[in-house]
Amino acid sequence: MLRLKNIDKTFCAGTPNEKILFTDFNLEIKEGEFVGVVGSNGSGKTTTLNIISGDIDIDNGEVILDDKNITKLPNYKRAKEIARVFQNPSMGTCSSMTIFENLSLADNKLKSYNLTKGLNIKAKDKYRTLLEQLGMGLENRLNDVVGTLSGGQRQAISIIMSTLIKPKLLLLDEHTAALDPKSSDTVMELTQKIVSEQKITTLMVTHNLRHAVQYGTRTVMMHDGNIILDVSGEKKANTTTDDYLKIFNEISIECGN
Amino acid sequence: MLNIIIGILEQGFIFAIMALGIYISYKILDFPDLSVDGTFPLGAAVSTALILKGVNPWICLVVAALSGALAGCLTGFFHVKLKIKDLLSGILTMTALYSINYRIAGSPNIFMMNEKTIFNLFTVPDSIRPYFPLIIIIVISLVAKILLDMYLKTKSGFLLKSAGDNAGLVVTLGENPGKIKIIGLAIGNGLVALAGAVNCQRVMQFDVSSGVGTLVMGLAAVIIGTSLFARAKWVKVTTSVVIGMILYKTCISLAISSGLRASDMNLVITTLFVITLVATEYSKRRKPHAQTKKY
Repeated sequence: MLRLKNIDKTFCAGTPNEKILFTDFNLEIKEGEFVGVVGSNGSGKTTTLNIISGDIDIDNGEVILDDKNITKLPNYKRAKEIARVFQNPSMGTCSSMTIFENLSLADNKLKSYNLTKGLNIKAKDKYRTLLEQLGMGLENRLNDVVGTLSGGQRQAISIIMSTLIKPKLLLLDEHTAALDPKSSDTVMELTQKIVSEQKITTLMVTHNLRHAVQYGTRTVMMHDGNIILDVSGEKKANTTTDDYLKIFNEISIECGN
Repeated sequence: MLNIIIGILEQGFIFAIMALGIYISYKILDFPDLSVDGTFPLGAAVSTALILKGVNPWICLVVAALSGALAGCLTGFFHVKLKIKDLLSGILTMTALYSINYRIAGSPNIFMMNEKTIFNLFTVPDSIRPYFPLIIIIVISLVAKILLDMYLKTKSGFLLKSAGDNAGLVVTLGENPGKIKIIGLAIGNGLVALAGAVNCQRVMQFDVSSGVGTLVMGLAAVIIGTSLFARAKWVKVTTSVVIGMILYKTCISLAISSGLRASDMNLVITTLFVITLVATEYSKRRKPHAQTKKY
């Protein structure tokens, strides 16, 4: 459903800081896959997400979503079909608005933001049920300003907001990295639940190897702009955290770290 | 004494409309929009020119507001499409408007004598005549405030609020944040031009340089109002902006009656501004857990 074809990307081209990241990079994601992407810093994980979402331009190549070439489409137009949750919990919500206002705002995606009432009163019970599932007590705080919530709570709301209208593709950009271990696991459980219930094709970048092993249907390991490991299905089930760590350490030794 | 109070209230409510506009650009959109220094006299110029042609003064107000909105779009165009920095975009529009306002009015100063304005369109009984302009002004600014409150509760208003707070969120909602910014600047400058038009009909005078200091004055009112009522959740922010402007005009009036000259006002404005800012910072530090509301 998503194909990155022959992508070239060089940062700071023509300067002493020039960094060639991708040359002829290819990646294909099938309908319904939950792909975990791991790799060291600078391996191109987040850049891959940014290329898909349209936040950075590519030098050469094509981005194809459902047989449609979206290479030239600006980020906000791609966002109609591609949802994204960021590492920073404050990126996915509007901190000065209430939970109810935030959810109503997200629920209106793909429809016109016109002069009708902003709050979606009819959906209030639906929102309550969704928030109840989190077990964070947020269902009774619909009228609280999001800025007063903790990072984990905000990230949970970000995920609900990004999937209220089912996207074709969900991009998760280290979305648990800024949270404490417990919140991190809660948010990951929630992600798994929403993704599997709604059958959303998902690409998740993570630094947490355990998350990549435990969740998802396919794991991709990246290094220096290349995919060095790509396992799915039974093979993924048989690969343990230790196996990944071993490869990881080998790469690091090659780099002289 | 009563005359002074009426004068303060009239000025306060007229400039409150302007402060509401600045509240949108500065507080909601986080955009230091200097074009208001040009759109305030733009409203006055358009209104004066049309009144001299015999157009109904109420229609003059509407056209003046629309012209302000157009000028706001121009600032937005500079910033969003041509990628010019926000502060500079406003300055460019303001500078251009100086010439345009001159063109529209045809002269740097115009005094009106017996022309029809919204304040003398109807004949009113002598007993309420001294209060009549104030009543009209209060009605106009309350209508502007209520319309703005209603707008901020619509879907489009929600998007405007989130654009200032977190432009990335607007992108993830599949909407163009640049478009939302332009809409916000249009509404803000429309309100400022409306204030300029009401003011020039009240003082029966157009002055091409009447816009100097508009942004600073509006900001002072916004900051006085929002910091005074920061913890009073039941006061709408738009209400506190209106009250802020009335308080501001009161301070200025007190300063003048204590012997300062009109030309000292810019110094008074700056002093007042700095005191409010420092006081807000100080009270924030004293109560670290206090939450400031933005809207």
